[in-house]
Amino acid sequence: MNSEELVDALSGFALFADVGRADLDGLAHGFDEEWYSEGQRVLRQGFTGTGFHLIVQGEAGIVIDGEERTRLGRGDFFGEISVLLDEPPVADVVALTPLHCVVLARADLPEWLLAHPTVCLRMLQAALRRLRAANLWRS
Amino acid sequence: MAELAPAGPYPPGDYPVVIVGSGPGGLQTSYHLSRFGVEHALISSDDAPGGMFRRFPIFQRLITWTKLHAPVERGDPAYEWFDWNSLLGEEPDHRSVLPGLMDGTSYFPSRPEMEAGLRSFVDRAGIDCRYGCEWLSTRRDDQGFVLGTSDGEYRCRVVVFAVGMAEPWKPSIPGLDDVPHYVELKDAKHYADKTVFLIGKRNSGFELADGLLPWARQIVLASPRPARISVLARSTAAARARYLQPYEDHVLGGGNLVLDATIERVERNSDASTVHIRGTTRPGTMTIEADAVIAATGFSVPLGDLRDLGVVTFHQDRLPAQTPYWESASVPGIYFAGAITQGSIGMKKYGIPSNSAAVHGFRYNARLLARHIAEKHMGVSFPRPTLKPEQVVDHLLGKARRGPDLWNQRSYLAQVVEFSPDDGITDAGCVPLAHFVDVTGPDAVAITVETDADGDIHPALYLRRSGTVSEHLLGSDPLHNFESAAHRKAATALLTGLI
Repeated sequence: MNSEELVDALSGFALFADVGRADLDGLAHGFDEEWYSEGQRVLRQGFTGTGFHLIVQGEAGIVIDGEERTRLGRGDFFGEISVLLDEPPVADVVALTPLHCVVLARADLPEWLLAHPTVCLRMLQAALRRLRAANLWRS
Repeated sequence: MAELAPAGPYPPGDYPVVIVGSGPGGLQTSYHLSRFGVEHALISSDDAPGGMFRRFPIFQRLITWTKLHAPVERGDPAYEWFDWNSLLGEEPDHRSVLPGLMDGTSYFPSRPEMEAGLRSFVDRAGIDCRYGCEWLSTRRDDQGFVLGTSDGEYRCRVVVFAVGMAEPWKPSIPGLDDVPHYVELKDAKHYADKTVFLIGKRNSGFELADGLLPWARQIVLASPRPARISVLARSTAAARARYLQPYEDHVLGGGNLVLDATIERVERNSDASTVHIRGTTRPGTMTIEADAVIAATGFSVPLGDLRDLGVVTFHQDRLPAQTPYWESASVPGIYFAGAITQGSIGMKKYGIPSNSAAVHGFRYNARLLARHIAEKHMGVSFPRPTLKPEQVVDHLLGKARRGPDLWNQRSYLAQVVEFSPDDGITDAGCVPLAHFVDVTGPDAVAITVETDADGDIHPALYLRRSGTVSEHLLGSDPLHNFESAAHRKAATALLTGLI
């Protein structure tokens, strides 16, 4: 996937729904790319130093104490909680298929969100949807 | 009658392993495979050893140091910590080759000194290579792989590509096809009294800017991402301090510019170019007239037909995706060595990459790769030293304090001790950390050296008990003394029940 194809992929994600193509081109360059084999752990429960990941292609599972709780796919993101709260992840994230992600390091995420408030809002909405789903599941 | 291949070592034929490439990654892998008794062929399209160092860096001095005067004697394996450029040797005469060839005017060796160092290592270690043999094609057969070369076909079970980040790479930008790449830079005098626009703010961009400072009328560096500086990013992958004079010129208002912008297009006029850019950290569009535009946009791996064979790539199609042991993530039996091993990203804690893009990182990867190939594919077994329970903490903390592999590949390579009911306590050697934490095995402990979010360098222990691995960070020390009473106490407490 070249940079143009990457921007094409990102432009279809809800997180960037309010970002124009030209701005998205610049924004995409801020990411690093990572690739994981099926079965490989991307985040590890209790391990420090993780980053913010956005899935470009593939599927990942959220696993807590060995039990898969939910699955994430194209356009979904993870790792933001441990980055923003400065705590190790409370779950493993495991590649269920070959997984292509773009990644922001811990130190870069807060500044990135402040520089892109519409993305920040979209991320907040996604987090609230997850919270609502978790509350419905518990009740 | 079949045409005979030219005379020389490793003629076309069947080999258990074939290594392609005679840069430092290929040489280091071949060296260790030989020491481990693994028959292999080493082939290269070049006519002499050295790889990229036969041509680059353009301004003729490396960014990796070799300290002629260090706290450890040359030849001691611990000296590797201070000598980032010599290849690893099992025998004293093969170690610390480069410092003996440096003139001492800088602790950054010149490109010719580095090239001479690699040649000297090859001579001392007796590494044979079939030079002038170009790898042209790849296909599978029942036994593994068939490599078509300019000298004929090589059949092998395992192939190691150590072909470097050697292919000039440019992003897809209108007009950039006509812009010369870093490798096509003319003599510095050519840029005298000219405005030079450099696309790229990594080391190659800053190298050119630094080299052209005495000549150019004005230098503009631009790329979308803000410049990452090594002393702030705590990474050798970021722009190194010795190239930062152009950046200081920009910051102090000296007239040269460092811009965060996407390059929208480059228009070539009769004797100049117009570069259209769009700000990223500071929105807005601009046009800049430049006498010369140069793409310092990096390199990719010359993968030939490997994509057609199923080798998956990432990083804008520039690097093959790899397992922690540098095997293609999608085609088993294909391995990579040298700077390509940066495609095995490891834990990348706090966003800090490994040093696998440079000799001081990938030389250790090559040693482990050779051992991995010997064990997994050739059935070679390596004796493991046993340890007494009272030796374990000293052993681990000593590795963290003095181990050049752990220091040069922080958060990436780990030293492992295993606790087995059958074999007792054994030194399992050095392994990729990402491998240790994700595989099952007997109870074990691994130690690493890591850099945290605040830049503190400290040891970390990874404990595997009953199949589950947990992380435990030990404290830092201003003198990097990881053998203090506090470190011993913390490590001993963590190993309760194992020692």
